[in-house]
Amino acid sequence: MSHVPGMIQSIERSSAVLRLLAAGPDRLRVKEIADALGLPKSTAHSILRTLEHVGFVEQDPRTARYRLGRGLLDLGSAGMDANELRGRALNWADALAARSGEEVRLGVLDDNRVLVVHHVFRPDDSAQSLDTGVRLPLHATALGKVLLAYSAPAEESAVAAGLDPYTRRTLIDRRELADALTETRTRGWGLSVEEWRPGVAGIAAPVRTSGGLVVGAVGIAGPVERLTDTRRQARPALVEHVVAAARSISRDVAG
Amino acid sequence: MSYVLAVDQGTTSTRCILFDRRATVVAVERAEHPQSYPRPGWVEHDAARIWRDLQRLIRKVLRGVDPSQVAAIGIANQRETTVLWDRSTGVPVAPAIVWQDTRTDVSTLDAEFLKSRTGLPPATYFSATKIQWLLDRTPGLRERAERGDVLFGTMDSWLIWNLTGGALHVTDVTNASRTMLMNLTDLDWDPELLDLFGVPRAMLPEIRSSSEVYGTAGAVLPGVPIAAAIGDQQAALFGQTCFEPGEAKCTYGTGGFLLMNTGTTPVRSSHGLITTVGYRIGDRPPVFALEGSIAIAGSLVQWMRDGLGLIGTASEIETLARTVEDNGGCYIVPAFSGLFAPYWHSEARGVIVGLTSYITKAHLARAVLEATGWQTRDVVDAMNADSGLALTALNVDGGMTADNLLMQIVADFLQVPVVRPMVAETVSLGAAYAAGLAVGYWSDQRDLRANRHRAGSWKPGLDSGRRAGEYANWRRAVECAVMFSRDGQDGLR
Ligand SMILES: Nc1ncnc2c1ncn2[C@@H]1O[C@H](COP(=O)(O)OP(=O)(O)OP(=O)(O)O)[C@@H](O)[C@H]1O
Ligand SMILES: [Mg+2]
Repeated sequence: MSHVPGMIQSIERSSAVLRLLAAGPDRLRVKEIADALGLPKSTAHSILRTLEHVGFVEQDPRTARYRLGRGLLDLGSAGMDANELRGRALNWADALAARSGEEVRLGVLDDNRVLVVHHVFRPDDSAQSLDTGVRLPLHATALGKVLLAYSAPAEESAVAAGLDPYTRRTLIDRRELADALTETRTRGWGLSVEEWRPGVAGIAAPVRTSGGLVVGAVGIAGPVERLTDTRRQARPALVEHVVAAARSISRDVAG
Repeated sequence: MSYVLAVDQGTTSTRCILFDRRATVVAVERAEHPQSYPRPGWVEHDAARIWRDLQRLIRKVLRGVDPSQVAAIGIANQRETTVLWDRSTGVPVAPAIVWQDTRTDVSTLDAEFLKSRTGLPPATYFSATKIQWLLDRTPGLRERAERGDVLFGTMDSWLIWNLTGGALHVTDVTNASRTMLMNLTDLDWDPELLDLFGVPRAMLPEIRSSSEVYGTAGAVLPGVPIAAAIGDQQAALFGQTCFEPGEAKCTYGTGGFLLMNTGTTPVRSSHGLITTVGYRIGDRPPVFALEGSIAIAGSLVQWMRDGLGLIGTASEIETLARTVEDNGGCYIVPAFSGLFAPYWHSEARGVIVGLTSYITKAHLARAVLEATGWQTRDVVDAMNADSGLALTALNVDGGMTADNLLMQIVADFLQVPVVRPMVAETVSLGAAYAAGLAVGYWSDQRDLRANRHRAGSWKPGLDSGRRAGEYANWRRAVECAVMFSRDGQDGLR
C-alpha cells in the first residue's frame, strides 16, 4: 500500500480496512484483509483490534470474521447512549458521594442544556428526590462549564442562545465565559460558585471515552461553605475526589 | 491502608472488588464467562475457566496493593450451580450444571416431605437432582464419589478448594441450604435425603458458618485469610444490612431475588416462598430468611441482546423502551427455566402474548422491563401474605438498578417507593462485611449499619385502575405460559 509522506500511515491503513469491509456484504477474515491490502497479518490484526475497541468493526465470535461495527452507524448521533453511561458510572458515582459527602450528578450535552442522566443523593439520609432527566443551564453550572470547555460548537450555540443571568454571579459576558472555559480546560475540572443558585457551589470533571473524546461530566454540588474555602476556591480534597471519580468512569467507558 | 477483597462469582460474570473501611469501592475488576446452552433447557458453565478468571481478576484488582494489605477475602457466589471434580487432579468431571438448567426430572418427588426437611419445593433449580443426574449418567462416577475421589461443591466450595490448593473442602450454611440435601433443623446433611437422591456422603463438603476464617489462600493471595462464603442473594441481604426480622431487599441481576430476614427461627411459607438460611456469623445462631426467587430478570434483557440481537448493550433496553408510551398490549412471561416463586412450575415455558401488527421492538423492550416489574409484584404479594405485614418500601440492588425506567415500573406496579442504597454491588459488599467481621476489620454489625445510606428512590405514580387492568393481563399471560407446558392441563398449582 502506498503511503503519502506527512500523513499518518496507521490512519490511512485503518481507513482502507474500513473501506474494504464496507465494499461488500461478506464478512472477512484477518488473513483476507491482510492479503487484500498487502499488510503483514499481525499489522492487520492490530488495526482490527483497535477498530474493534472503538466500535468501528465487530468480530463474529463464532466465525472470527470481521464486519463493520455499530459504532459507525452511531457516528451521526453525538455522544454515547445516556443509559449506558449511567450503567458504567454507577459504582464510581456512589463512591464519590460517599467520599465527598455531597450529592453527585452525571450530565451530558443535550440541546443547549446539561441533561442529568444520573443522580446520587447526598449520603445524609435526608429527604431528597431524583433529578434524573432534569435540564440545567450550561454556562452557570460546573457540569455545564466542563461540557462547554471541550466543545467549541456547544459554546458557540450557548452564547448565541443568550447567557441568562440566574444570580448576580452568573457569567453573562461571552469573554468572561471563554476565559472560564479556558481555565477549566487548563486545570481539567470546572467550578461554579453561586452562579446558578445562591448558596450553592459545584465541582465537576470530564468523562472521556477512548481517544480523549468527552462524553459527559460528573460532579458534586452542595453549600458554598462546604465546597469552597473562605476565598471561594474549591477545596483541594473534594477536587481530587471528583477528578478521581471522572477518571475511573472514563476507564470503564473507554473499556 | 488495608482493604477487604470481595469476590462475586455470579451467573454471568465474576467480579473482584476491593472495599475500604468505610465500605466504599476502591477498585473493581470483572470478567464475563460464556453461558453454554447445548440443548433446550440446558445451561452449563466451565468451572475451570471461572477459576482461571478469578486468579486473573485478583491479580488485576490488587495492582498497586500488596497482599499484606488485604485483611481478608470473602466469597459470594451463584447458588445451586453444581460442580463435580476429581480430588487428585482438580479437574471438573463434567461441565457445571447451572441453577437455571431444567434437564432433571422432579415430577415424582414428594413435595411435602422435601418442604418439611429442606424448606424447598421440588424444582430443577436446586443441586440435588443435578448431582444425581451426573452420578446416574457417568459410568463409574458414583463409585468414585463413594470413595471420596470425586467431590461435589457449589462455586464457593470449588473456589475455596482451588484457593487453598486442594487443602479445604468446605461450604457455608447458606449455600448448603440450597442443595436440597441439608436438613433445616440441624443444618447438616440429611441421611434420608442423601439416600433419596443417591448422593454419597463422602463427596460432600463440610458445612461451616458464613463468616469465619476457614483457612488461608495460597499462591494468588499468599497468607490472606479466607473468611467468608455466602450465597450471592444472602450476601446482598447482609450487604444491605437487613439484620432485623422483617427487613427485606430485592436484588436484580440474572434473576431477581427478594429475601426477608425472619430472625433465628425458620418460617414456613404458605404462599410459594422458600425457607432458607440468611447467614450465620461465627458460632452465633443462624438467621433465616424467606425468599421469593425470580429465575429470569436481567437474563431476559441479555436474551434480547444476544438471542434476538434487538439491542447492542443491556442499557439500550431502557433507551428503546422509552421510545414508546406503553407495551402496546404485549406481555412477555420469561419462563425459560420454568416459573419459580410463587408458582413453582418447572414445566412452564416462556410466552409472548398480545401480538398485533402494531407491536414493534420498542414495545417488546417495554414488556421485557415490565416482566421484571410484575414478577416482583408476584413475590412481594406472597411475602406480604406470609408475613401478614405490607411492605412499605422496597430496597433494591444489583446491575439492573442502573435502569431508571425499570425502577419506576417496579415502584408503579408495587405501589410503594423503591429505594437504592449507596453501594449497588451489595453482593460483594455482603461478602466483604462477612469476611471483615470474621477478622475484626469491622467490629460489629452496628458498625456496618452506619455505612448504609440512601442513594436514590423512585415514587409510585401509576393510576390504580390502569395498574389493576395491566396486572389482570399479566396473570392471564402467566396462565398461558403454564397452559403451554406439557402438564399444563393441571393449571396453576
Ligand atoms: N440498564 C439496564 N437495564 C436492564 N437490565 C440491565 C441493565 N444493565 C444491566 N442489566 C442486566 O442486569 C444483569 C447484570 O446485573 P448484575 O451485574 O447485577 O448481574 P450478575 O451479578 O451478573 O448476575 P448474577 O450474579 O446472577 O450473575 C444482566 O442480566 C443485564 O442484562
Ligand atoms: Mg450477581
